Amino acid sequence: MSILMTVQDWWILFVQFCQLSLLGIGGAITTAPEMHRFLVDEQHWLNDAQFTSSIALAQASPGPNVLFVAVMGWSVGLNAGGGLAAGLQAWGLGLLGVLVMMLGIMLPSSVLTYTATRWAHRNQDIRGIKAFKAGMAPIVVALLISTGWLLTVAHNQPLQDWPLWVLTAVTSLVVWRTRIHLLWLLAGGALLGALGVV
Amino acid sequence: MPDIFYGVDAASAKPLTQPQSKTDLFMTFSRMALQGFGGVLTVVQRELVERKRWMTLAQFVEEWSVAQIMPGPNVVNLCLMIGGRYFGLPGALAALAGLLFLPLILVLVLAIAFGGIADNPYAQGALRGMGAVAAGLIVATGLKLSRALPANVMGWRVCLVLALLTFAAVGLLRWPLAWVLLGLGVLASAYAYFKLAAPKGQRKSESESAL
Repeated sequence: MSILMTVQDWWILFVQFCQLSLLGIGGAITTAPEMHRFLVDEQHWLNDAQFTSSIALAQASPGPNVLFVAVMGWSVGLNAGGGLAAGLQAWGLGLLGVLVMMLGIMLPSSVLTYTATRWAHRNQDIRGIKAFKAGMAPIVVALLISTGWLLTVAHNQPLQDWPLWVLTAVTSLVVWRTRIHLLWLLAGGALLGALGVV
Repeated sequence: MPDIFYGVDAASAKPLTQPQSKTDLFMTFSRMALQGFGGVLTVVQRELVERKRWMTLAQFVEEWSVAQIMPGPNVVNLCLMIGGRYFGLPGALAALAGLLFLPLILVLVLAIAFGGIADNPYAQGALRGMGAVAAGLIVATGLKLSRALPANVMGWRVCLVLALLTFAAVGLLRWPLAWVLLGLGVLASAYAYFKLAAPKGQRKSESESAL
């Protein structure tokens, strides 16, 4: 896939991701549908397969989930540079894509979070701030459990998917109750998956 | 297994520590990021609360609440908050650099090396298995954090009701996260505000005084 990106296009991309940054309550991944609409349907800067594999690759790789945006930026840049085979220019544009999209998705939210939380920390004895922290605690705990639940029931073919559900349940119990290294569990999951057990 | 409960009880007996330097922040967050497949939260909770002892479980829940409600990637928000607390803006940037630098290089190398891996059935299977484990890690983190709730000023019964309502809204009814956070969050905070006003002797002080 090959596209043409003008300086103005890069700027539009940056501004768009700055806006998404401020909308991404609960993580950048919550704005993925909007990214898909913009990058794939509207601007045709990425195709469907590139979009989906960006998310899958970032999940298979260590680090925060937001890195899927970096992979998308890399792909947009490669598309603009004519693919990996086109050489140095494509690599340069790939890195430019990473920079533009990562800065866009992180800068506004980070500035806001940093400023707001520094203020809140200096004023941590204000009753409103204490109340906010106490009030949100049970909600965020339940959100975590809900996220795990949603990831699990996304596999909705009980006859075929029950081993996955069992694997998730067993993992929850093991991590909750023991201190086994998490990488062992992930390696185990990858192995079971590659062998077709789950 | 004699150490089956070690992760919860023995850890909470040790005193709290602090990051020694910006390098310490960078290294600690790099270490966490490189262990975090399918999201970093589980590792962050283990490292910061159980291994490094930079904060108590109750403090971690509070920090996580804030990181979650602010826009932007949660773990990024959390690392900015923690880095900023000890070393100001340079600390926040050191922690952020640690969180992103090596994983960014790794994920790009992966993207280049395995551009076509999405079609390989073994790779797909491995991703599927790792996805199931990652879901379990997230659930387990929620279960661990729930241990901080009995000490909450709202009392454990109200906490349980709020948690069940949240699960029903997000997990079962699939309502948009922002609305649930706004709706239930405002209600819960208002109730906590009211409870904090009541001059009961049992107000918890641990989470605030240690910060």
